[in-house]
Amino acid sequence: MERPLTNHIDKGREPLNLAEYERVGGYKALRESLTSLTQENILQLVKDSNLRGRGGAGFPTGLKWSSMPSSSNSPRPRYVIVDADEMEPGAFKDRILIEGNPHQLIEGMIICAYVVDSEIGYIFIRSEYTLAAKRLKRAIAEAYEKGYLGFNILGSGFNFELRLHISSGRYICGEGTALTNSLEGNRAVPRHKTPRQTESGLWGMPTLLNNVETLCNIPHIVDKGAEWFKSLSKCKDGGTKIFGVSGKVKKPGAWELPMGTTIREILEEHAGGMRDGVRFRGVLPGGGSTEFLVEQHLDVQMDYDSVQKAGSRFGTGTMIALDDHTCPVGMVHNLESFFARESCGWCTPCREGLPWTARILKAIEDGRGEPDDLKVLESHTKLLGPGRTFCALAPGAMEPLQSALKFFREDFERHITDKRCPWR
Amino acid sequence: MEMLSDEIKSEIQCGTGACPTRRCAILEALEIVQRRHGWVSDERLKAVADFLNLTVEEVDGVATFYNRIFRRPVGRHVILVCDSVSCWIMGFENILVHITKRLGIGFGETTPDGRFTLLPIQCLGACEQAPAIMIDGTLHGDLTPDKIDEILKGYE
Ligand SMILES: Cc1cc2nc3c(=O)[nH]c(=O)nc-3n(C[C@H](O)[C@H](O)[C@H](O)COP(=O)(O)O)c2cc1C
Ligand code: SF4
Ligand code: FES
Repeated sequence: MERPLTNHIDKGREPLNLAEYERVGGYKALRESLTSLTQENILQLVKDSNLRGRGGAGFPTGLKWSSMPSSSNSPRPRYVIVDADEMEPGAFKDRILIEGNPHQLIEGMIICAYVVDSEIGYIFIRSEYTLAAKRLKRAIAEAYEKGYLGFNILGSGFNFELRLHISSGRYICGEGTALTNSLEGNRAVPRHKTPRQTESGLWGMPTLLNNVETLCNIPHIVDKGAEWFKSLSKCKDGGTKIFGVSGKVKKPGAWELPMGTTIREILEEHAGGMRDGVRFRGVLPGGGSTEFLVEQHLDVQMDYDSVQKAGSRFGTGTMIALDDHTCPVGMVHNLESFFARESCGWCTPCREGLPWTARILKAIEDGRGEPDDLKVLESHTKLLGPGRTFCALAPGAMEPLQSALKFFREDFERHITDKRCPWR
Repeated sequence: MEMLSDEIKSEIQCGTGACPTRRCAILEALEIVQRRHGWVSDERLKAVADFLNLTVEEVDGVATFYNRIFRRPVGRHVILVCDSVSCWIMGFENILVHITKRLGIGFGETTPDGRFTLLPIQCLGACEQAPAIMIDGTLHGDLTPDKIDEILKGYE
């Protein structure tokens, strides 16, 4: 089975330097893009590949790129930004990709910039990714030296400047419009979604934002074509995906597998199943802000539409397993405390509602819960749901809660009637 | 006393050369001050504001939003303990209790000898090595209480 994204990643050693990366075919796609393909050619390739954004929302990448206004009648500079803020609880895939092969990301980014006619790019990386940032810095310097970045790249007349921005921290910075505010030196609160960032983003200029993993796929699509990319997958979305599993499994980790691999295969074959002595109870399939799936969903394929049909969200594709020795109320309390702390405070339902849900969950966990508490929690899942808040943080926070109330209701009730946590 | 040395000023000027607005320089300037002094005091924050020709409120509004800008003094080493969900499942609480017992400090506190400050952090993106902590930018995963004792010895 082909693993284009991780083929040259070996955790035990330093990532490929520029010369080594070139030796395994690196920057060939960039060369081809700049010398023999038009921007329209490449855009069509990306569209045909059925690549969907790996940052959580699964937006078709080709469509997103084509929403950049035509460069003849829009202001300059035009920006492309890579979202490397990875802080979703349970997610660690972008770190692996950057640490493992920084040139792959840089190449994908330059091709992207060429297609949408952008001259300045930012990689927005979280501050705790120190090793990834160090390796990126070195790779960016190599790429400048070789002439893949900077002025008149490969004699094509295309210029592209790449900057690395190390974030000062906060989960909300990963949200696209909040990220823009952060880069501008503001508090990282989200912005209105209209006009779109592609029209008016960073400093009011056309701005395209993509996730790390999304862009890492680009050189391979250019190199081997859309049909090949689709053939990697077991569903209609193209490509492979870095799936991860954490929690009490035998072999927590991440693996590049075909898009559409079943949850069961990922959990049981790749993660080795649950540790001895504990049993599987549920899984957050796409990170902390997705809905629990349980035993009956194990054969669901991990792709955007199938996971949605099963009642959850594909998210980042990094799963967190819940076992029978871990209290589901405690787990949801941990998640809601995270979201409450990370709320940017801009809109009232989220700023006030999340701490309230966290407090109620704490009370239930400590044996101080009241029968009405479950109703209050349920009302929050509606009041903080989609469309009620300024950005997607609060609705995302409600996903694990809402599904836990559905699948683990007895556990909540037992806490309240027994006035204690049965797991403590 | 001059709150920002000429060296820091030129570093700020240099580090923010590509910024199209003065606001855009705030975080970089604060990070530079913090790298040098460990944290950002009221006086230095005002000096940054003056230097960038912004108000104190503009700069502090930004400074207090971000969790990696320290507006209070910190110890020589900052321990970030991941308290997010995968680490929680894998025993974050034991790790925290152990560190607290060893150092006699809880979250937000600094040891009296100024050696360590203890802070919580969002998912460190190392969930496959949970529970995990980070000290001064170095990640330590798959932690057990014994391992922690060994690791702490390395930071004086
Ligand atoms: C609260 C919040 C946090 C987010 N954090 C990240 C992140 O750390 N990395 C990321 O790529 N996308 C993150 N996203 C999603 C981005 O807003 C955006 O959808 C994505 O980066 C777009 O890239 P893609 O089309 O390549 O997926 C976050 C969204 C929300 C609502
Ligand atoms: S939903 Fe929460 S994070 Fe999003 S804008 Fe409102 S307060 Fe901020
Ligand atoms: S939850 Fe601790 S590293 Fe991800």
